[in-house]
Amino acid sequence: MLSVFLEVLRRDLLLAWRNRADVLVTLSFFTIVACLFPFGVGAEPNLLRTIAPGVLWVAALLATLLSLHRVFSQDHTDGVLEQLLLSPEPPVLWVLAKVLAHWLTTAVPLVIAAPALALLFDMTQSATGVLILSLLLGTPILSLLGGVGAALTLGLRGGGMLLALLVLPLFVPILIFGAGAVDAYLSGTGANAHLMLLGGGSLAALALAPWACAAALRIAVE
Amino acid sequence: MNWQSMSDFWSMGGAGFFVWGSYGVTFALIALELVVVLRRRKQVVHRLQRLRQAMKASARRKEIQE
Amino acid sequence: MESGQRFSLFRYAAPNVFYPLAGRLAPWFAAAAVGFTLIGLYLGFFVAPTDAVQGEVYRVIFIHVPAAWMSMFIYLIMAFWSAIGVVFNTRLSAMMTQALAPTGAMFCFVALWTGALWGRPTWGAYWVWDARLTSQLLLLFLYFGFMALTRAIEDPRRADKAGAILALVGAVNVPIIYFSVKWWNTLHQGASVSLTKAPSMATTMLMAMLVMAFASWAYTIAVVLWRVRSLILERERHTDWVGEVLDARGAQA
Repeated sequence: MLSVFLEVLRRDLLLAWRNRADVLVTLSFFTIVACLFPFGVGAEPNLLRTIAPGVLWVAALLATLLSLHRVFSQDHTDGVLEQLLLSPEPPVLWVLAKVLAHWLTTAVPLVIAAPALALLFDMTQSATGVLILSLLLGTPILSLLGGVGAALTLGLRGGGMLLALLVLPLFVPILIFGAGAVDAYLSGTGANAHLMLLGGGSLAALALAPWACAAALRIAVE
Repeated sequence: MNWQSMSDFWSMGGAGFFVWGSYGVTFALIALELVVVLRRRKQVVHRLQRLRQAMKASARRKEIQE
Repeated sequence: MESGQRFSLFRYAAPNVFYPLAGRLAPWFAAAAVGFTLIGLYLGFFVAPTDAVQGEVYRVIFIHVPAAWMSMFIYLIMAFWSAIGVVFNTRLSAMMTQALAPTGAMFCFVALWTGALWGRPTWGAYWVWDARLTSQLLLLFLYFGFMALTRAIEDPRRADKAGAILALVGAVNVPIIYFSVKWWNTLHQGASVSLTKAPSMATTMLMAMLVMAFASWAYTIAVVLWRVRSLILERERHTDWVGEVLDARGAQA
């Protein structure tokens, strides 16, 4: 049972490593989007400090969105997905492995890059720490929910735009609690509640999303 | 009775634009939806009828040929 | 005996049974909608008194609140039909879901539009980022997403199932969205606008609003039944009974 999980995870990470340019593109996108905001709203340090958590979270959200098509599309075109669905292994397991691989190759690089961007927005060190924590706890939900959206739109014309339309409204709560965690920390109320809600959301998504994702994949392939 | 005259009714105590803007757009949308639904139904029936006629005709032709 | 009971319950789920039933029921609901609307508008404009605080503009409430209720109910009903479709694998439930979505989106838009027009004279702005308004906007996006997805998929079987999953995922998320937006709103807006303090409503106002709510229910049922009839015909066009229906209509014309 576990061997399928590990095998798929290993394979997806290997593929991501071979196409590491994709990962770098996602990362560059994240950086550029965040860097656009000072040009738009002005480089006044106080203002930048206020909008930083929201801007970085929105940028992370969009970067995740753009990378979602990678989760299943290649396996869909070369028939691996069909093989996996035909195999006797429970689909939830390898779906989870694929989503985990996506999270490791998208969210984790974003989390690593976030402190550098936080510097550009003049965020304090402790606020950056809260931001990173919120990203770590919140991005799994993005990958899990996004995986469902990617499975639903698999192989459709104009799938990218459609995917954005489907998942962005669902991402709003994560954005609220993610960016809100930093705001709450800075305002002195403490970020515990926000971070706990993000963590709880991750667990709930972990329990529910793989099932929806597996069902959506079966529909897309049959 | 709330209204002294017709113009009193239309002005809605100065809020005529907001009240009638709300009701107007709502009923316009409902009318639009009804038109779309009924026209779609007509189109579907029409298209399927023609399809059926064509299929019947081709079946008859086959019979004659045989 | 048991199976016979089940059969009778599911009998109406067969498209060829439901199609004529829907056709017979829809005009009654449409008539009810017209009747309720006329009564509701009469009560709303001629019986209900002028509001002491807001003046006449509050009369938007008679469509605003029913539309907002309806937009939420319709999403719940869509999720209900989706669940039925997933569990029992009935074709009709997916058609119902897809017939409901445009009307739900319409009511959602009406709620936003009337809210904006009501907001301008009452709070001085067409739009405030209030919890209820914001979640209503997100609900509209959910409707758009559902309609876009089911329309983008050409194979109807796949469209049905994918739509069902999306509706269920959305329904799980609606309360989360509402809760999060409310949380966000209380933190960011503080004391600026409080919409929760509704002025105490006169009974006639409440009556008018309820009658309008009935009207929107009846309207929704009628228009959905009409829409689902078209869907059934399209989906079942290869069956004999649709052929008979078409021939009968052709003979009439």
